[in-house]
Amino acid sequence: MTSVIVGATARPYRSDTMIEYRIHGRGGQGSVAAAYLLASAAFEAGHTCQAFPSFGAERRGAPVTAFVRIDNQPIHLRSQVRTPDFLIVQDDTLLLDRGITDGLKPGGAMIVNSRRSDEDVAEAFSCRTKCIPATELALDYIGRPIPNTALLAAFLTMTGHLPVDALAAALKGRFKGAVLEKNLALVDAVAGMVPAGAWKESEDA
Amino acid sequence: MREALEGSQAIARAVALCEPDVVAAYPITPQTHIVENLSKLVADGELHTEFVSVESEFSAASVVLGAAASGARAYTASSSQGVLLMAEVLFNIAGMRIPLVMTVANRAVSAPLNIWNDHADSMAVRDSGWIQLHCENNQEAVDTTIQAFRISQETDLPVMVCMDGFVLTHTMEVIDIPTIAQVRKWLPPFEFKRALDPSDPKSLGALVGPDFFPEVRHSHHAAVTKALPVIEKTDRSWARAFKRGCGGLLTTEGPKDAKIGIIAMGSTVGTLRSGLAKTEDAGVRLIKLRAFRPLPEEALREATRGLDHLIVIDRAISPGLGGILGTEIKAVLYGTPDAPRIHNHAIGLGGRDIPETIVGDLLSAIEDPDATPFSVFDADLTMLPPEDR
Repeated sequence: MTSVIVGATARPYRSDTMIEYRIHGRGGQGSVAAAYLLASAAFEAGHTCQAFPSFGAERRGAPVTAFVRIDNQPIHLRSQVRTPDFLIVQDDTLLLDRGITDGLKPGGAMIVNSRRSDEDVAEAFSCRTKCIPATELALDYIGRPIPNTALLAAFLTMTGHLPVDALAAALKGRFKGAVLEKNLALVDAVAGMVPAGAWKESEDA
Repeated sequence: MREALEGSQAIARAVALCEPDVVAAYPITPQTHIVENLSKLVADGELHTEFVSVESEFSAASVVLGAAASGARAYTASSSQGVLLMAEVLFNIAGMRIPLVMTVANRAVSAPLNIWNDHADSMAVRDSGWIQLHCENNQEAVDTTIQAFRISQETDLPVMVCMDGFVLTHTMEVIDIPTIAQVRKWLPPFEFKRALDPSDPKSLGALVGPDFFPEVRHSHHAAVTKALPVIEKTDRSWARAFKRGCGGLLTTEGPKDAKIGIIAMGSTVGTLRSGLAKTEDAGVRLIKLRAFRPLPEEALREATRGLDHLIVIDRAISPGLGGILGTEIKAVLYGTPDAPRIHNHAIGLGGRDIPETIVGDLLSAIEDPDATPFSVFDADLTMLPPEDR
């Protein structure tokens, strides 16, 4: 589909390389910020990206969903992510809704902010699951209960999808001074806590 | 420079690059981050403009009217209910042929209360006499915003840059923001020949009785129509300078011998393109309409030539009539030999998510003997009581 009749913008647009994410959290936890950070990190690593919230009437504590697409070519699709490759869950009480993994692609995985064990959480779901006590880590390192930096650091370390450096670069675009330093220290700490590349396989699949 | 930016932030940056003398806005709900970001650029000393925080959207439109009438480059942004509250002034701005630029972050209009994306707001002021340009993505929104200032001052008409609320305004993507030097080189300084000047007094918006009113309307219609080549020329000039265009009046993609076409405006085009790419041998011509006012009739007839079927996507409806774009396309093609059969569907009203799989459903509906000439395509009628179906 390349010929052009009037005006002219013919572009290739079939994509088999797109990776889609869905982020679940609660209002005030920085879920939209997490989506923007992940997209910024993808951009820093040389990819195209798209991140957007699920456009609800947001209020503190209410479930919030955000979406990210990462590709190596222009992203035309604008609909909500229905079949994510990965889930990032910022609050483990959201797991009470069993539908949270709806649409997750076969071979997909879920990273959860939780003090529970991986096995405990995975039992109720049929996907690979990793739990990180991201709120506690955020309190320790940043002094605020915002789990997104820790979750993204863990996620990128495990998937190897983007270099963790790209997340650091994205954080540098968003924060300055002491807040930035604390976030970067948190990224380093988390990167040492999870098995690097453990989810890389599905990434290449 | 290419950056990962949220749409609203990118638009604020684009507006700042055009160095407006006056920005006036009132952040009614629902709003975008556009004026918030402009306000921040002013506070940070990065943008030197008269930023007027007004008490309502009516006043925001009035301030930019007055500012532009006095010879200032002026900008405002609004959405949904805010556009409706501006409506009276929007007609005045256009009627006085005041060149200024406004972003409409397209959203549904109440009631019922809904803050999500569709085109009901800009459609409600369709007949105000503004130029209305629609953008598929945030790059086009940035580029069209800068182009709009040039189109506006070249035509002495106000330009409304329509971008899908939330879907574009709240989406982060990779956007190339031109440098101030590039924009200064491309965009001439603001000049308004009819600007109010105490040394040469004149009136704008004076009473015009029946003895001259039809002539005023005729010339306004002619002026908006004459903007067609200016819109095309401006985009060509932009493409030469920045190595990318926004698609002039409209663009078409797909096989030359396609028998089925789909036409849409705004971000929906991207989702349709993505869906078509996954539809084997779809053989569909995708038409992206950028200029809704003026409506490029010649280009539309050319773009639809050879088609047997044309699916017209509306993102707003006129209750009691049906699709707005659909009805206009029918009017454009009326009397054209071998004009395609029109299948007019509204989708995504009030932010209903538009999946790429809708392409297959739209194509199947062509052959559906029960399909009506117009439908709210993604409405689930089983949710309604039988008498409302």
